[in-house]
Amino acid sequence: MSTAAKDPVRAASLLPLTLEQVCFRHGDQTLLQDINLSVSERGKTIVLGPNGAGKSLLMRLCHGLLDPSSGDIRWALDGRDAAPTIRRQQAMVFQRPVLLRRSALANVVHALALQGVARAERTARGEEALERFGLLPLAGRPARVMSGGEQQRLALARAWALRPEILFLDEPTSALDPSAVKAVEDAVLTFHAAGTRIVMTTHDLGQARRLADDVVFLCDGRLLEHTPAETFFRQPQSAEAAAFLRGDLVW
Amino acid sequence: MDENPLTQAFRLILELDPALVGIVSLSLKVSLSAVAVAAVLGLPLGALLALYRFRGRGAAVASLNALMGLPPVVAGLMIYLLLSRAGPLGSLGLLFTPTAMIIVQTLLVFPIIAALARQVIEDLWDEYREQLQSLGSGRLRAIPTLLWDARFSLVTGVLAGFGRASAEVGAVLIVGGNIDGVTRVMTTAIALETSRGNLALALGLGIVLMLLGLLINISIYVIGEQTKRRLG
Repeated sequence: MSTAAKDPVRAASLLPLTLEQVCFRHGDQTLLQDINLSVSERGKTIVLGPNGAGKSLLMRLCHGLLDPSSGDIRWALDGRDAAPTIRRQQAMVFQRPVLLRRSALANVVHALALQGVARAERTARGEEALERFGLLPLAGRPARVMSGGEQQRLALARAWALRPEILFLDEPTSALDPSAVKAVEDAVLTFHAAGTRIVMTTHDLGQARRLADDVVFLCDGRLLEHTPAETFFRQPQSAEAAAFLRGDLVW
Repeated sequence: MDENPLTQAFRLILELDPALVGIVSLSLKVSLSAVAVAAVLGLPLGALLALYRFRGRGAAVASLNALMGLPPVVAGLMIYLLLSRAGPLGSLGLLFTPTAMIIVQTLLVFPIIAALARQVIEDLWDEYREQLQSLGSGRLRAIPTLLWDARFSLVTGVLAGFGRASAEVGAVLIVGGNIDGVTRVMTTAIALETSRGNLALALGLGIVLMLLGLLINISIYVIGEQTKRRLG
């Protein structure tokens, strides 16, 4: 479809991301149904919803870890040539960070190697990323023996080193203690300040209020609302969202 | 000659008796070479079996597991038929050489290493898949990452393979022929010297072989503990 003349893809933006009539089925269950969503160039989107609403699934579909059963997920860049760029320009931080059995720095360097960063640059970029999240003193520490909070910060530093245009975070703080939660929230703001598009799920409403520019509300596999945060928290449009905010529809 | 065989055996070991040392070093050379070749072939193959789904994969995994129990004498017979004068590779003239012994022990060790690698890498891939996919790693590129991250589990498999290779007698006897100074290794020498009544040398070799086994098992244990403690 796309013309070869349409380079350099590198400089072009991935965003907006558009989901059109996206469904995800597993067996005879429909886990996500008719999702229409547009993720604009800037801001912090928080995805909310009761457990089992399909929040994590939505993140994985957007990030390209899963393919939709039907419907379209489109980046502003498209065409076959763009696929590697699309992969390189996004990063994801998971609820439980998956770190390799090597040092903190080696984890970041490995990610940079996968991204095709020149060998000579990797260490410097890795150290810069660790420094940014206060992990430079732990650079040589085996990643797997670091504390939960440190591990999640390392996952964020790894994402930072990749310089993504968009960062997905799937409940990044749900397994952490309060001080570590604060560090992750600060990190999200650091990414935001650097111009990274944030899409994040959480089940912590306070956190959602602190971070959200806009809110996507999912319930039962359907997208019920996508509104500015202020509107969502003051005047939810759907009965389900109102019940969720009152605390009647959790878990 | 009135000394009891056990004392004599220890003296042979402590005095580094040339016959004993020659046999032990050939044993090590053969078994270590076989393990090295089996690891170079088996680790990537195990990883491929872990990561890729294809027709006949189940059969491949099952036969690999079955081959772990391949009786050494049968392996010896197979390689003998392959390398004997009339066999398909007879013209290479490898029968009754250390090379033939390395080949047959590779056949014995390879399934152990490949099957273990398959299992370990498959578990690790389950854990790493989403993250590696997110970082842009395809399956092929994931193989070195996974092999490196599984290095401690894999080393124990390689050591277990070395244990099997150094302890088996049937395969090296058939393809090596137990020729003095050429293809005589610890296990075949013990069998021969015992039947000849030269118990001192047999016992000496037996002690070395047991110590080797002990050393391997201690290494496996220590590596496992270290990994748990240091790498989580």
